[in-house]
Amino acid sequence: MEVLKIATAGSVDDGKSTLIGRILYDTKSLTTDKLEAIEKTSKQRGYDYLDFSLATDGLVAEREQGITIDVAHIYFSTKKKSYIIADTPGHLEYTRNMVTGASTSQASIILIDARKGVIEQTNRHFFINNLLRIKDVVVAINKMDLVDYSEEVYNKIKSDFSELMSKRDYQDQKITFIPVSALKGDNVVNKTDKMPWYKGEALLEHLEQLDKADIFNVGTPRFPVQYVIRPKTEDYHDFRGYAGKVYGGDLSIGDDIIVLPSKTRSKIKDIYFYDEKYETASRRSSVTIILENDINVSRGDMIVKENDLPTIDKQFTANVCWMDTDELKPGNKYVVQHGINKVLAKVDRINHKIHPDYSGFEKNVTGLGINDIASVTFKLNKPIFYDQFKNHRTNGSFIIIDSQSNNTVGAGFIQ
Amino acid sequence: MNKDTSHINSLENEAIYIMREVAAQFENPVLLFSGGKDSITLVRLAVKAFYPAKVPFPLMHIDTGHNFPETIEFRDRLVKELGLELIVRNVQDSIDQGKVKEESGRYASRNMLQTTTLLDALEEFKFDAAIGGARRDEEKARAKERIFSVRDDFGQWDEKNQRPELFDMLNGEIDHGQNVRVFPISNWTELDVWSYIEKENIEIPSIYFAHKRKVFLRDGMIWSAEDGVVYRDADEEVIEEMVRFRTVGDMSCTAAVLSDAISISKVVEEIRDSSISERGARIDDKRSEAAMEKRKQQGYF
Repeated sequence: MEVLKIATAGSVDDGKSTLIGRILYDTKSLTTDKLEAIEKTSKQRGYDYLDFSLATDGLVAEREQGITIDVAHIYFSTKKKSYIIADTPGHLEYTRNMVTGASTSQASIILIDARKGVIEQTNRHFFINNLLRIKDVVVAINKMDLVDYSEEVYNKIKSDFSELMSKRDYQDQKITFIPVSALKGDNVVNKTDKMPWYKGEALLEHLEQLDKADIFNVGTPRFPVQYVIRPKTEDYHDFRGYAGKVYGGDLSIGDDIIVLPSKTRSKIKDIYFYDEKYETASRRSSVTIILENDINVSRGDMIVKENDLPTIDKQFTANVCWMDTDELKPGNKYVVQHGINKVLAKVDRINHKIHPDYSGFEKNVTGLGINDIASVTFKLNKPIFYDQFKNHRTNGSFIIIDSQSNNTVGAGFIQ
Repeated sequence: MNKDTSHINSLENEAIYIMREVAAQFENPVLLFSGGKDSITLVRLAVKAFYPAKVPFPLMHIDTGHNFPETIEFRDRLVKELGLELIVRNVQDSIDQGKVKEESGRYASRNMLQTTTLLDALEEFKFDAAIGGARRDEEKARAKERIFSVRDDFGQWDEKNQRPELFDMLNGEIDHGQNVRVFPISNWTELDVWSYIEKENIEIPSIYFAHKRKVFLRDGMIWSAEDGVVYRDADEEVIEEMVRFRTVGDMSCTAAVLSDAISISKVVEEIRDSSISERGARIDDKRSEAAMEKRKQQGYF
């Protein structure tokens, strides 16, 4: 099994860090010295319980304010799987962190405080998970101990949430509701006897049974050339290998291919992984491909199957999540990094802003501020080879770089 | 036991991808090599990423002068066998030049002093990217670290203003004078590193395996009793124990653990069952809760 990456989203005080701490504690992933540190600090602060959030809030400012500021990565494993949790902060202003955490995750957990129910931020968390087409979403209804483990409360939240589900764009997303108490450990790793009315699995049980088909999108193979390997030694005098990662599907020896943008045709002659020869390069493997003909291929080119071409175009429209304090405006120029390929891009127009709380669109927008999500059309100085995000998560996404500050200022999902 | 190694394969594929991005996006990268298991793993990944071509960047070791002799011997042999280029810069030189002052007393260590030597060396060679073996599971400040982590002209880490990293797109754009620290094994755990070393049959320095060593006890930890390097009170008695090291830093800041693990498979077993975290044996982290974050802000690895 590959590593399962999970993004977590919740609002302030929903108990997200506590939930993660609980998972670590109950899977015995917290080592004695870390546990001692948590006990010591909990005691110093006068708590009568163990504050598991201390296990994850890593920065001084976070501990001072008792909040999570930045995406933290937490690692644990069971006998079945290795997990990485991208713990993303729940504050309104931190949409960018949520998008970032969700971009590398295959599953996600949305936390809801049972006492508060579905709130504005829940809409936002769900919207982003759906926008990023996370295949498996768990809605963990937390703090059930504070509502007397009430089935009515659970059902009310479930039906409120189902209203959101009807508005979502990506309908195939699988959603599972689980009532939990992170503080008491109910239905997190182990099933509880406090809620006999709940017949489903505990949270970790659910994650444990997910397999590849549940969490990975399989599409058409795309091979962006990352690096050309030319040893120029006596033993490998004529060696010319194209190094890169295979996305979306498999490539095999003998496949008829086309190199973009030159549209030169060839065949895959050999596939190497270090000194091993592969018959087939499976998706997400970092291999070196050798072609039958001696053609000119360089970084940024893409090798695809002959009968499976992506769109080749100098303009596209995408849902953009803006992450910078300087506004995105029509006419502004940026660097668009699509995979490993960088092109100059100009904002042609902002089509409309999307309210991530499902309250609708806003037309006639003059600029995008930090955490805004909008449909934007770009014009490029040279063509890129893309798929729609809904068909290809990797080849349908890009980042936006400000060429003055060099910062990553936005992310986009091609429509 | 028939182990499922597919998750290690996916970590390996990710790390190789990162190595290739470094070679493609930067003009003058370097791989920081300490002789520890993490940097040995990095060397293996670099070799695999560019095979059959040579690794397109040199290794650099910041030598504190307090390294275990086994590590230095191992380093020189590895570089020779793989035909790699090695640069060594010494903390002792920074001390002699008056740039840093040696710590004194019971907990004296050269660990903090390394930062100055490292930053000077990056400037001397105009390196624009430095690959390191830090992992996010090591320490909670490191859990917030990016794969491409931008440092300013002073080598400082601005933890509140980091670039978001989406999907596996790595933005290596920097201004003149800035550099990037790159962490290809960010997503590996200690156990993953050991499982990889076992799977790939990678040679590592002997101090990682159980051996007899002169040690003494302080603050519940086992310290290596190396005269002239590690300060010892008169009443701190030297004894001989079967120990091994889980991390290989300076002799003055790395504690040993009692162990019978004399082979890699025994080490993997021991770590799987261990109840103490890896950095639990790092004396430098015990200074305060935010010890690592403070060092990182100043340019430490």
